[in-house]
Amino acid sequence: MNNTSEITVEKTTAGKTTWQFILEELKPKGKIFTPFNIISVPIILLGIVLIVIRFIYGIGSITNLTQEVPWGLWIGFDVVTGVAFAGGAYVITFMVYILNMHKYHSIVKVTVLNGFLAYVFYAGALLLDLGRPWNVINPIIGNSFGTSSVLFLVAWHFLLYMMAQLIEFSPTIAEWLGKKRAHKILSGMTLAAVIFGITLSTLHQSGLGALYLMAKDKIHPLWYSEFIPVMFFVSSIFAGLSMVIFEGSISHKVFFHQISEKNKKAHNSIIRGLSKICAGAMFAYFFLQILVFVHGKHWTLLNTGMGYWYLTEMIGFVALPMVLFYYSYRRNNILLIKIASIITILGIIINRLNVTVIGFRWDAASHYFPSWMEIAVTLCVLFIEIWVFRWVIRRMPVLSDPPSWVTKNK
Amino acid sequence: MKIERRNFLRILGVTGVSLALNKPLNAKPETAEDVEFYGILYDATRCVGCQSCEYACAESNGLPEPTGMPEVGIVRKTDETRRTIVNAYDTSKGEVYLKRQCMHCNQPACDAACLTQAMHKTEEGPVIWRGDKCMGCRYCMVSCPFDVPKFEYHSANPKIIKCDMCHDRLLEGQKPACVENCPAEALIFGKRRDLIAEARKRIVENPDMYVDHIYGEHEAGGTSFLYLSPVPFEELGLNTKVQKSSYPALSKGFLYSVPTIFVLWPTLLLGIHEATKNNHPINPEENE
Ligand code: SF4
Ligand code: SF4
Repeated sequence: MNNTSEITVEKTTAGKTTWQFILEELKPKGKIFTPFNIISVPIILLGIVLIVIRFIYGIGSITNLTQEVPWGLWIGFDVVTGVAFAGGAYVITFMVYILNMHKYHSIVKVTVLNGFLAYVFYAGALLLDLGRPWNVINPIIGNSFGTSSVLFLVAWHFLLYMMAQLIEFSPTIAEWLGKKRAHKILSGMTLAAVIFGITLSTLHQSGLGALYLMAKDKIHPLWYSEFIPVMFFVSSIFAGLSMVIFEGSISHKVFFHQISEKNKKAHNSIIRGLSKICAGAMFAYFFLQILVFVHGKHWTLLNTGMGYWYLTEMIGFVALPMVLFYYSYRRNNILLIKIASIITILGIIINRLNVTVIGFRWDAASHYFPSWMEIAVTLCVLFIEIWVFRWVIRRMPVLSDPPSWVTKNK
Repeated sequence: MKIERRNFLRILGVTGVSLALNKPLNAKPETAEDVEFYGILYDATRCVGCQSCEYACAESNGLPEPTGMPEVGIVRKTDETRRTIVNAYDTSKGEVYLKRQCMHCNQPACDAACLTQAMHKTEEGPVIWRGDKCMGCRYCMVSCPFDVPKFEYHSANPKIIKCDMCHDRLLEGQKPACVENCPAEALIFGKRRDLIAEARKRIVENPDMYVDHIYGEHEAGGTSFLYLSPVPFEELGLNTKVQKSSYPALSKGFLYSVPTIFVLWPTLLLGIHEATKNNHPINPEENE
């Protein structure tokens, strides 16, 4: 151990106990009246009021759910779509720790943090949607294992994957707290956590699609096939990476001062690399979609309203961004890559909602449309997540370089 | 360290296997023929649309008194206040009544969907809901091909509402309330196998009176509630697009692949990790 590292640790904790340090860190840093705060705070407060109402008067008091459409925006968007976007974490850890592509190492921490928070908050949103949440421990503590249920599998995987991600992220927390011994132990667990996490992700990304396998007669045939799990898995790859590109560009602006010089330089090259991977994954996905379509023999359905909608999704939100990703990768056009990632993100939202909400009971007499209160609660969850994210970024060495004792010790 | 990791992964793999295999090992018998489920046979040619079953059901289950009556052109639906409903249909053979309720599938989608085993196919045949287990996720509603389970959206302690074939009464040796109170003998209760034999007999003895189809014999892999009708079932608003094999089978393929992935993936990932480790010179600036 050398002198400089000692000094850094001294400075971070400065003679305080860890708890004192954490308490101090809880205080807000940065300006209070930013546009983001001014918009988000009222919505968060409103959301909390709505959540209280929901627990007193029942789910129906603030949602438009019906007996025919029991899962709406909170499942279809918050959980199913949100988890697809959180897929970036397993893809990036796969590239860095399994394929040893060190180029992407600098974005691992922030991606894992994003993924972890997404799971925590979306699983939290799931609790809001449970009518009898006090029984949520039943499938976990084992007095009622519904092992033939896809949802059982997904629930368990959420839980385990959150732990795996926490372990993956924990060295950064140790760096923040200046805990050297813990840092060493936790770093040693990274590879195991990554391998476990990727396995879990493969299964629950596809599992989210498998949830709908039994709803065969209820989902529009253009979106239902026995291959939904495969589709969900493959699309989670580029969904996650597009989110990494998009979110990374925003972080890059907002937290510019926190980002180390080295990472600033690497940023464009990373985005370009991801763009190539997105194009590849989207090509595979597009090809699979065509296979499934041809296999399903749904030609006549194309000439209907839902058919045009299907074509819009496939051409406008899969084929188009796929071509854009490839083209801008070749031309090294970073702006175009960002545009492609936004189109892809929209496409994923459309796709997941088509399976879970829009195409679900498409033939029913009355359609489900989320109430403004469901949307407000969704935004509330999203904003709280961003707040926590910002809190962490401002304090822990996520985007910035780790304290010098970490690198020196190696 | 490496060995520890491998062991760790192996244990995880095994856990994954047991989690996923648990059910298939002690799963219910695959075909309806091996089990003696009880069931109900409803004969639409005998039903007079008197709603006695609706009233008996409401009384027996502490639900509000039924409102409305069977009327052609109006499709009443079961909901959180009524577990069964009788509707009238204008058909090619005049006005025909049809009772609706849970089908008590032999291999119910709701039971397979339920992650807490709150929805449960009993040995006797009825599919019941158990409030002490249910977490209100409504996945049973998403999965049921007949849209049977209903949810109390306006309650802070919501229940899933559906016909349970009066399971409690059966255990006491009584018949379901609807069967007991049907004045026209449109409903009969018995062993499913006997009911199918009886239904066949009626079709054979009166071929002009019935369509040659027992709805529920094969629908959704077979159900404990069986229908006889004078007209094709689509005229009575029953879901005739329902598949003939069981619904839980649709997600079996996925569930069976879980243990395989749980064993293969970690091994594969570790292998790739080892193989690529030396391809890229490790940048001394990176940690790990
Ligand atoms: S009809 Fe629906 S609720 Fe009734 S047993 Fe079958 S799947 Fe379950
Ligand atoms: S709502 Fe209750 S009974 Fe239905 S699947 Fe969920 S836990 Fe099971």
